[in-house]
Amino acid sequence: MNFIRRQLPVVIAFCFGVALWAQYYIPSRASNEALETFTGSWAIILAGCALILGILSAIHHHWTKIRLKRAGFGYSIVTLTCFAIVVLVGWFPIQWPGFAAVTIADGSFFDWIFLNVFVPLDATMFSLLAFFIASAAFRAFRARSFEATALLIAGCIVMLGRVPLGELIAIPGTNLSMTSIAGWLLNNPNTAAYRGILLGVILSQVAISLRILFGIERTYMGGGD
Amino acid sequence: MSVGTIIGLWLAAGLTIIIFSFIYKDNPLYKFGEHLFLGVSLGYGWCIYYYNDIFPNAIKPLQEISQDSKNALVLIPIILGLFIILRVVPSLAWLSRFSFALYIGGFAGLAVPNVISGVFLPQLTSTINPLGPDWPSIIKQVVLLVGVFCTVVFFFFSWEHRGAVGKIGRVGILYIMVAFGASFGYTVMARVSLLIGRIQFMLHDWIGSMTGGGG
Repeated sequence: MNFIRRQLPVVIAFCFGVALWAQYYIPSRASNEALETFTGSWAIILAGCALILGILSAIHHHWTKIRLKRAGFGYSIVTLTCFAIVVLVGWFPIQWPGFAAVTIADGSFFDWIFLNVFVPLDATMFSLLAFFIASAAFRAFRARSFEATALLIAGCIVMLGRVPLGELIAIPGTNLSMTSIAGWLLNNPNTAAYRGILLGVILSQVAISLRILFGIERTYMGGGD
Repeated sequence: MSVGTIIGLWLAAGLTIIIFSFIYKDNPLYKFGEHLFLGVSLGYGWCIYYYNDIFPNAIKPLQEISQDSKNALVLIPIILGLFIILRVVPSLAWLSRFSFALYIGGFAGLAVPNVISGVFLPQLTSTINPLGPDWPSIIKQVVLLVGVFCTVVFFFFSWEHRGAVGKIGRVGILYIMVAFGASFGYTVMARVSLLIGRIQFMLHDWIGSMTGGGG
């Protein structure tokens, strides 16, 4: 039983990983179909089930809060009710008055909820960050060191360079505007730093992939027996 | 303007005000809006994923199993998917290891050749180029080459960051700070742009609809 629970998953990960690795070097119709089946269907189904697990976990969290009448349980009722309404409206093509009898297409009640509830809440929630990012910027941009000054200057140049005013601010005697300096900054030092980070990330990704394939990294199995 | 549009407009405006009330301080109205957003997002996310991914990849092939026997293969990921959901049952949670092993092992195997040939080598190729043809291009290529090298050295922890390595690493951190500053500037601009959008909605669409000027 221990083999099935602890070792077999590692064997599966190794066999499946090596098979998909080998697929890269065998460009045939069968291997391409195998890859397409895995990435285009199996992985999507598994990710969908992981999403269901996440939703079940969220429902369980809020349901427990309601059941035990913990502080703020009323908000959990709001969350679960809204979730139930949206799923009901999205799954069942009911003829709601004034809306098309379709599930999620344009003109449906689901689409109305998306446009008038989800979009405003989403946009406002993120726009709210404009206020808090300003105070965060004040703290981060207090230039105490050379590096912090570089961050401050780069941030200011990019912000000025992305507004129409930036086009009018130019270095005297040259045709270098804030917009062109911001563009240069984004295309060169910014690209260089992110490319360096990306190269490190890729090497780490390869290393962690090899650790998973050879069973050294097993955290995906979780704890317990 | 239809009744549905008017109700939608007022609802959107009300929710916008509720969320903006957080600027003053955390309050029950904001918490209500926050939880409403959570519930709607969960439901919306699930419905969209179901119609765009689960239905065409799992439900439809199952319905068409009699027409094409190849569709029976879909039972494997469905069973493995059920194993994932069984994580909610503590005594059967171990079954999900097979699903995660297949998913993570598969993508680990795919990642090794694909990221090296698809990302790593092309990024290196674009970094190491012959200099020229003019001075602006030479400066650009040198800035890029020095930046990539110094950034990689900064993240190389097998050597102690002292002496030459320390100095190169310091140049690397300067590049990283410039990049983070640029990203920060970009993020601020994106958020301000969203804020302008909401203000425009409130002034033009909502108040404008009452005064007859917008909508």
